[in-house]
Amino acid sequence: MALKTEEMVLNMGPQHPSTHGVLRLELVLDGELIENVIPHIGYLHRCFEKHCEAMTYPQVIPYTDRMDYLASMYNEFGYVVAMERLMNIEVPERVQYIRVIMGEFQRIASHLVALGTYGADIGAFTPFLFCFRDREKILNLFEITCGARLLYNYMWIGGVSHDLHADFIRLANEFIKEFRPNLKELNDLLTFNQIFIDRTANVGILPAETAINYGITGPNLRASGVKWDLRRDDPYSIYDKFDFEIPIGKGEKGTTGDCWDRYYMRVREMEESLKIIEQALDQIPEGDVSSAIPKRVKPPVGQIYARVENPRGELGYFIISDGSLNPYRIKVRAPSFVNLEVLGELCKGHLVADVVAILGSIDIVLGEIDR
Amino acid sequence: MGLLDKQFTDDNIVITKVEDLLNWARLSSLWQMGFGLACCAIEMMATSASHYDFDRFGVIPRPSPRQSDVIIISGTVTLKMALRIKRLYEQMPDPKYVISMGSCSNCGGPYWEHGYHVLKGVDRVIPVDVYVPGCPPRPEALLEGLLKLQEKIRSESLVNKSA
Amino acid sequence: MKTSEEIFNILKEKFGEAIGELVSDKPAESVIVVSPMEIDKICLFLRDEKDLEFNSLMNLSGVDDANGEKVKDENGNEILKGGTLSVYYHLESISLKHKVTLKVSTDRENPEVASVEEIWRTADWHEREAFDMYGIKFLNHHNLIRILMPYDWEAGYPLRKDYQNPEFYKGMKVPY
Repeated sequence: MALKTEEMVLNMGPQHPSTHGVLRLELVLDGELIENVIPHIGYLHRCFEKHCEAMTYPQVIPYTDRMDYLASMYNEFGYVVAMERLMNIEVPERVQYIRVIMGEFQRIASHLVALGTYGADIGAFTPFLFCFRDREKILNLFEITCGARLLYNYMWIGGVSHDLHADFIRLANEFIKEFRPNLKELNDLLTFNQIFIDRTANVGILPAETAINYGITGPNLRASGVKWDLRRDDPYSIYDKFDFEIPIGKGEKGTTGDCWDRYYMRVREMEESLKIIEQALDQIPEGDVSSAIPKRVKPPVGQIYARVENPRGELGYFIISDGSLNPYRIKVRAPSFVNLEVLGELCKGHLVADVVAILGSIDIVLGEIDR
Repeated sequence: MGLLDKQFTDDNIVITKVEDLLNWARLSSLWQMGFGLACCAIEMMATSASHYDFDRFGVIPRPSPRQSDVIIISGTVTLKMALRIKRLYEQMPDPKYVISMGSCSNCGGPYWEHGYHVLKGVDRVIPVDVYVPGCPPRPEALLEGLLKLQEKIRSESLVNKSA
Repeated sequence: MKTSEEIFNILKEKFGEAIGELVSDKPAESVIVVSPMEIDKICLFLRDEKDLEFNSLMNLSGVDDANGEKVKDENGNEILKGGTLSVYYHLESISLKHKVTLKVSTDRENPEVASVEEIWRTADWHEREAFDMYGIKFLNHHNLIRILMPYDWEAGYPLRKDYQNPEFYKGMKVPY
């Protein structure tokens, strides 16, 4: 008599400590092996796009903060870049430098959360505390600049809300000096830890071809060996003035595009961000930060798609203006929304325990997926 | 034993009310459900992490509702999520407490007007003990909220008060 | 690397009638208007042609043009009748570094667009979102169900300009 077997469906989330928020995954299992993973999203759908249509253009900025709450500065950055292109505003040099400095600090802060929680997801709790210790220092820098820790409303169309604090440059340089050894400590503790490597190398391999077809961007795409970074390939702001490398995955511990590569990409990017910040702090010119802020934001009729390199990938704003004070339509191309789609493909054939490792390595933020 | 440690010269008996003892035990080890919703969850994580150290107050995140005493609603509650939150709350054993963290779960926050998919306040589905205002509240504000909850627990009574 | 005009000419030559016009008014980017039923063939051509190679779909967004007639329904709420819904496709070639924007317009009462999900897998969720928010049906999509709103949401498509929010959902009051 033949043994009758059937698939088992296991539910993970929306309340689960490793789903990084309110994500529900439907795991279709064949014994311990995964046949398919179906993500169910929308548990944090906060109607961002509807709100945009009811707000004036500057009022949209606080809502962009709340989309990707780990990289608020960068969400604002993307929005103001799009608006300035639409309205053809020339932004003062000093503002550009401030934006780049804030953006790169935000990238480090965001990656620190990603790495810390990734460690916690797969059983290493100490790196989480280390990462949050360093992140707290970056938040202090933001706080002396604009008064908020998490959601800033700092970058405005045509400028920024406050100039840098008199002590900012000294404190930022101090932070960089402190942070470099801490990064090495993190590497010793987690990145090159054999247990961690065994858990992540050769797991969830994403080939470059699949990644491009799925529209994957950011560190996840670069980990697959594709040298694609909007800061270099579609420059915005003043990124073309700085000297930095774009790290790509080489499969050092396993295969190119595995979880370890995706993890390590973020560590490398933090080093590159430090380089950019150092150069920017060195070169920052004097000037007025609010001279180009328009009194009344009323863009001409038209539409624009502008994008920036968010810590998670390509963040695009598609703005349609009908010439009034309110946007007619804003659609956000959220990097996590697109990156999550590939999860089912990555998990196929792996063990149940690997789902957490793979999901953590994609680094999603639910606020941005659901908007 | 914290405050009583090394306070006695020889073996002794402490006389107290059962109420006080129970309340004291309850309020000093409030296990929190490790459950984050949105932006505020990041501030909640920051509160648990090294700098602010929630553990000082006996708050440890537990991943399961069945082992936790307090649930911190940290973020926007959507219509899709509301009934799940209600179920999680029902799974918690008594006595249980709810802290509503941030404007969104207090009243809908910035999404109160046009949020077609946002529940305007978590108190529409579960009872709330302490509201922490802010968008997002600073970790200090969350700590303050927890102290307020402890105060509330301290004044609980076993006697059933009739009107 | 090709400009929108060059791409427009290549498409016009290949597909003729299915290609509408090239809209290019500053400050907007140029948009090529195409027929909603031919979009899948056009996209496949754009992806596979040697010197175009659009291997990535950056963004797909539905838009309510709200160009219909305003009428009152039985409850006195203003709704739109007739007019069009549109879908914008932002394509990009990672290898050749050029971009193009396509637009299709479809009937508001019965919005149907051919699906490009088979061409770029990333379109899967984007199309589901456009369906969820605007009710645009993508033909031949393998799993066209709601994505952000609850699966049992019955009150319509929230991003349409004449959307009315319901009073209650599963016993919970929705308005403030």
